[in-house]
Amino acid sequence: MANSYDLIVIGAGPGGLAAGIYASRSKLNTLVIEKGVVGGQAATTEEMENYPGFYLGVTGPQLTGHMHKHAEHFGCNFLKDEVVDLDLTGYEKVVVTKNGRYTAKAVVIATGAEPRFLGVKGEKELKGKGVSYCATCDADFYEDLDVVVLGNGDAAIEEAIYLTRFAAKVTIIVIHDEGVMDATKVIQERAYKNDKIEFIWNSTLEEIKGDGIVENVAIKNIKTGKVTDLETNGVFIFVGTVPRTELIKGKVELDQRGYIPANELMETTVDGVYAVGDVRTKYLRQVVTAAADGAIAAVAAEKYMQEEENFKSEVLDKAKAIAVMFWSPFHQGSLEMVPLVEKFASRHSEKLDMVKIDTYRNQRIARRYDVKEMPSVLLFKGGEVVGRVTGDLTSEKLEKLATLA
Amino acid sequence: MLEVNKENFEVEVLSSKGLVLVDFWSPKCVPCMELIPHVEELEGKFEQVKFCKLNILENRRLAMGQKVMGLPTILVYRDGEKVVELSKDFTHEDLEAKLIEVAG
Repeated sequence: MANSYDLIVIGAGPGGLAAGIYASRSKLNTLVIEKGVVGGQAATTEEMENYPGFYLGVTGPQLTGHMHKHAEHFGCNFLKDEVVDLDLTGYEKVVVTKNGRYTAKAVVIATGAEPRFLGVKGEKELKGKGVSYCATCDADFYEDLDVVVLGNGDAAIEEAIYLTRFAAKVTIIVIHDEGVMDATKVIQERAYKNDKIEFIWNSTLEEIKGDGIVENVAIKNIKTGKVTDLETNGVFIFVGTVPRTELIKGKVELDQRGYIPANELMETTVDGVYAVGDVRTKYLRQVVTAAADGAIAAVAAEKYMQEEENFKSEVLDKAKAIAVMFWSPFHQGSLEMVPLVEKFASRHSEKLDMVKIDTYRNQRIARRYDVKEMPSVLLFKGGEVVGRVTGDLTSEKLEKLATLA
Repeated sequence: MLEVNKENFEVEVLSSKGLVLVDFWSPKCVPCMELIPHVEELEGKFEQVKFCKLNILENRRLAMGQKVMGLPTILVYRDGEKVVELSKDFTHEDLEAKLIEVAG
């Protein structure tokens, strides 16, 4: 296995897979690293009713399985390993896994999110013994038995409906007032129509009890404070997710809840590092939005690499001094000054060359060199900035700059 | 890996001398399917352990009798007594570490 790539994608859920598809189709040498299951959280859900084009239904594993093959079809490389450390500071990013060390010019973080633990007594001890976060994994155990579902978002209600195919009775515990749920209306209605589903409102779980296996739960009414015991064989907890950003903490800016804020290009606060899918701060966490994020990040990363490589070869690596003019087509003044700077450059062609950067297309390099005013001319020598003039570019100012070349 | 079920579980696992590993799985459980090749690999490394797998779809009651109600779960028995219990979010590395612990 090679160690050096154009793009490394961390995580092979729908976001990472879409990034892999787009990047390898653009001939970027791409590596997708996954520590667990290719397909991510989507691979653990049976019901997939809203992925565009699949109105006859498709399961999570089927859909993500296709995405996996799709990426491989374009030559995307896959590695089953766990990332343990990252160095994202330089142009060359370093990704350290349990079994290797890999480098890339850009990194896509697609580590996703995982079910949130509730943190009540008995939850940890009885995990896998009646406490579950994955209906498709464990539903078969509950044939003709009673289960409790905690939560009221789309995931909770959809999984509760799925569980009615197996269980005798499914009791959904909802923290809100009667009739209020976070799930979308169509899903709520389906749950109300299901004979096997019962609701307990204004309540939450206080404790999960059982001797080696779940036997009953203590349900607390948050309005009255009253606690009642309910006999049950299983507890399915769907109370949201937490981002998998432990590894990224301190390396890329995170929001208060630990998600990664990214802009429209999926760029994080670090150049060449992108965040896609559930791990990023976003409005709708679905397979389709994760896939869209992945496509955008791959395209943005490709453009980033091109720009950076051009800048490196045309400016930083040049022995001769380079006058870099930052201009913008939307800044009238800067447009008018382009011929002036061009003439200046040709006058001094024995000691300097000129490169123009359109800041409308490429803001990153301008930002890196703290260029705030249009137009600006920065003089580079041996990869370093040795002089700059900004604003009203007079011949006088430019001539002074030339003396530094 | 030896396929165990309600017919042979008593003989192959509970009354068996020495170390017996049972991988509880189901074809619907994606994490289980991912784990199986790794468990098979470990089978080659630990010759003193008998490796078994149990499909819970046909042996639900049996699994529940062993207090298994979630997948993936791996139990290791020594002389019929549970000595290792791994459930849900464990890796094959965790399993290997446990096996080294009990099998030495």
